[in-house]
Amino acid sequence: MSIDYETLKLIWWIFVGVLLIGFALTDGFDMGIGALLPFLGKNDEERRVIINSIGPTWEGNQVWFVTAAGAIFAAWPIVYAVAFSSFYIALLLTLFALFFRPVGFDYRSKVASPRWRATWDWGLFIGGVVPAVIFGVAFGNLLQGVPFHFDDELRAYYTGSFWGLLNPFALLAGVISLSMLVMHGAVYLQLRTEDVIYARSQKAVKVFGALLIVTFALAGVWVAYGIDGFKVVSMPPLDALPNPLAKTVEIVPGAWMNHYEVYPWTMLIPGLVFVGAFMTILLSHFKAPGLAFITSSAALVGVILTAGASMFPFIMPSSSQPDSSLIVWDASSSHLTLTIMFWATVIFLPLIVLYTSWVYRVLRGKITVQHIRTHEHSAY
Amino acid sequence: MLSESVVELSRLQFAITAMYHFLFVPLTLGLSFLMAIMESVYVMTNKQIYKDMTLFWGKLFAINFALGVTTGLTMEFQFGTNWAYYSHYVGDIFGAPLAIEGMMAFFLESTFIGLFFFGWDKLSKRQHLMVTWLVAFGSNLSALWILIANGWMQNPVGAEFNYETMRMELVSFADVIFNPVAQVKFVHTVAAGYVTGSMFVLGISSYYLLKKRDLAFATRSFAVAAAFGLASVLSVIVLGDESGYAAGEVQKIKLAAIEAEWETEEAPAAFTVFGLPNQETQHTDYAIKIPYIMGIIATRSFDEEVKGIKEWIEENEGRIRRGMIAYDLFKQLRQQLKEGEINEETKAEFEKYKDDLGYGLLLKKYTSNVVDATEEQIVRAAHDTIPQVAPIFWSFRIMVACGVLMLFIFVMAFYFTAKRNVIEQRWLLWLTLFSIPLPWIACEMGWIVAEMGRQPWSIAEVLPTYLSVSTRSVGDLYFSLAGFIGFYTLLLVVELYLMFKYARLGPSSLHTGRYHFEVGDK
Ligand code: HDD
Ligand code: HEM
Ligand code: HEM
Repeated sequence: MSIDYETLKLIWWIFVGVLLIGFALTDGFDMGIGALLPFLGKNDEERRVIINSIGPTWEGNQVWFVTAAGAIFAAWPIVYAVAFSSFYIALLLTLFALFFRPVGFDYRSKVASPRWRATWDWGLFIGGVVPAVIFGVAFGNLLQGVPFHFDDELRAYYTGSFWGLLNPFALLAGVISLSMLVMHGAVYLQLRTEDVIYARSQKAVKVFGALLIVTFALAGVWVAYGIDGFKVVSMPPLDALPNPLAKTVEIVPGAWMNHYEVYPWTMLIPGLVFVGAFMTILLSHFKAPGLAFITSSAALVGVILTAGASMFPFIMPSSSQPDSSLIVWDASSSHLTLTIMFWATVIFLPLIVLYTSWVYRVLRGKITVQHIRTHEHSAY
Repeated sequence: MLSESVVELSRLQFAITAMYHFLFVPLTLGLSFLMAIMESVYVMTNKQIYKDMTLFWGKLFAINFALGVTTGLTMEFQFGTNWAYYSHYVGDIFGAPLAIEGMMAFFLESTFIGLFFFGWDKLSKRQHLMVTWLVAFGSNLSALWILIANGWMQNPVGAEFNYETMRMELVSFADVIFNPVAQVKFVHTVAAGYVTGSMFVLGISSYYLLKKRDLAFATRSFAVAAAFGLASVLSVIVLGDESGYAAGEVQKIKLAAIEAEWETEEAPAAFTVFGLPNQETQHTDYAIKIPYIMGIIATRSFDEEVKGIKEWIEENEGRIRRGMIAYDLFKQLRQQLKEGEINEETKAEFEKYKDDLGYGLLLKKYTSNVVDATEEQIVRAAHDTIPQVAPIFWSFRIMVACGVLMLFIFVMAFYFTAKRNVIEQRWLLWLTLFSIPLPWIACEMGWIVAEMGRQPWSIAEVLPTYLSVSTRSVGDLYFSLAGFIGFYTLLLVVELYLMFKYARLGPSSLHTGRYHFEVGDK
């Protein structure tokens, strides 16, 4: 079966979204829990309970991130090139922070010294907080446009600085990202633990759920009144060969609100965030972490879809030379590559979901201090 | 113009991070298989000791695996951060295997690795065995896909340049997958991983045998490693480089560099065992040659003569001149595209010269307008088409020497295992213990041959390394380079500390109460 180029370009926008959502829903709680680790675990055993609640599965979760990067490389090579080289320093900081996780999980409990263990605990903390914030900051910058342009032979030049990325709106986006992942992590901890840690997690859900609601609302107002959006004025047909220099783009105040005006039902997407976060707080309070996990997931999906829906068809707008912006229609790989990758995804993604669920099922159940004591030498 | 130092620093950074990654990769590849074999024996015979073996080697595996992932993460992002033009120019082909690797291999490996460690009392024996095998297959599949990507860089088949999108585009995915260079690379590299795993188990088991500790455990581990290692080292040497390496022109230049063959010699050529290749005078000083013997190790089919480096330079000069014409036509086409009117004649002309466009791009290092290159620049670019001979020459010889030595070790290990008196061969046990680093040295040297031998291309005959980099500043690169070196060195020290700690402890680290440090001598 062959799918036409235009449709495939759109499908790939959806697929990349799915991978990012998969990443946020799974590795999101690992990062959130990393951020909470030093605060919810007051002694070594409590910390080990927390770590072991995600220890056996975080590795597979992180692969969503790796695969999302690979998929962007395959489906939107020019986005992979421009985004990663523009956000150079930010991305490296993310990587350096992520380095702490594999070793943190695996090495921490292999040596008994308290200083050794405390060091890795803070390593896991960094490995959770820094990436969570930077991912938000990255989205915050995408919404405002990034200063880059191409020369004739499509070499990209980034003309901003690292500090320029840390502007107030982007930092707000960073807080949104952090609070949603911490909320999500705290809910997951409630699912997997008991007693004190359970109670402390409940508190964390309240604080970070509320923070998410407030910051998300603030960002909404900011996008509507304070930030210029982008608009495609003219471009080649949707199924044309990708050439990011062939269109014209204008900067238009409030343009990111456009879809919500034209298609009012899309307001449901940001709505999902508020409802999801609010329900999560309630359900967590009434000790229904299973349901709370679902609503918390819904809130996360809402946040990511809101960014996507506001910007569509833009992927990476250029603030310095808007015509160089990358959009869904002119940033993709060839028809053949998109087709092959489409089939690869259709085959493997369901398989991944299937066996991942099986692994979670096998490993289900509460992690307790007792469990750590009986598995003194084999647990993380 | 791009800054030469950014290019150099980007190369250095890629080389360092990749070589760090490949300190951990081969052990993952080899040990995961060995664990699967040991556990299979456990499930078949129901002997507890084989489960203990799986558990103990699994502990060491975990310590290594953590850094494999840490260093692998960098690799996944580095093409975008540091090789942005490359990523745009060939991402249409190159990105696909990387994405498939994630979906097909990394997910498998990383999802089941947790169950491998934490699923022992939650799964039936058979289920757990299946999990272990899935981890092993996952790591091997990941090698397959990444080597397909890497093989394509050495021999870029199944793709064509498209002047409208300014990049290479996929024409046949099957050609990319069944690229002979990729296939051979896969066999050689994966087998190298098995050798590494075997040498590791063999060496550490020797240590216990020398110390006369946990003898039952150590002899069994030794036996499994000896058998698996012998088969693997034979594959590395015999199968690995048998064919395919000679496919594609770049690989032929690489071969000439490996042999430091400056002049074309009559077939069958002599093999230079030792010598000091001198790039400037284009001569190998103090060469010791063995006539006709090029065959035994390094040669594939050498009834045809091997073209010498000097002749390649001449030939490539011609291709650079054709490349200038290609570039000129390409520029015209881009202009016509902008104006919205493509001249079919220009297009037809371009098709004729297209294959040499990459050679034209080599001049970009010297002039931004390729078409006006001076004679002197053309000559310099032609000389650039030859990689640095000396490091390739030497790396290759070191790799081969390691291979031959390991072959000897595995043959001996296997022989005495069969005779059931390994423990009396103390010389062999000592030799084995101190040979543990050999496979790592061989692997790193192998990659130096493969990657330095590809220069000056990042994609052979298509895209020069010089053009592939991102437009970042020297300062950015110093920052990232310092970060990588700092972090990785620190983590490597920690890793080695744990490795030594647990290797010394041996199976006693399992706290079963059955081994040396818990029961005294056994
Ligand atoms: C021949 C084998 C081989 C080669 C040449 C490479 N890798 Fe690798 N990689 C592996 C074999 C491997 C592995 C054996 O599958 C690892 C090592 C330890 C591990 O966890 O898996 C791995 C881990 C690993 C990870 C972590 C995966 C996870 O989270 O599970 C990433 C993202 C990469 N690699 C990416 C790369 C890239 C982009 C490479 C090329 C530049 C590369 N690797 C070269
Ligand atoms: C993990 C094992 C690997 C090792 C040890 C390794 C080693 C090296 C070395 C030594 C260099 C520097 C060459 C030079 O500049 O002279 C290099 C460059 C490079 N390698 Fe590899 N390599 C490995 C795997 C790969 C793979 C699998 C790919 C692609 C899929 C790859 C792509 C590159 C690229 C893009 C560069 C930089 C550009 C260039 O110099 O051509 N490498 N690598
Ligand atoms: C003893 C005979 C050996 C021969 C003749 C041999 C031959 C080669 C050649 C020609 C290359 C370059 C391939 C290319 O550029 O495409 C290579 C690469 C390599 N070798 Fe070897 N090798 C031998 C032993 C070993 C051993 C013992 C190991 C490790 C245990 C090893 C590991 C590697 C690796 C990791 C590479 C880079 C990956 C690749 O290009 O396949 N080799 N080898």
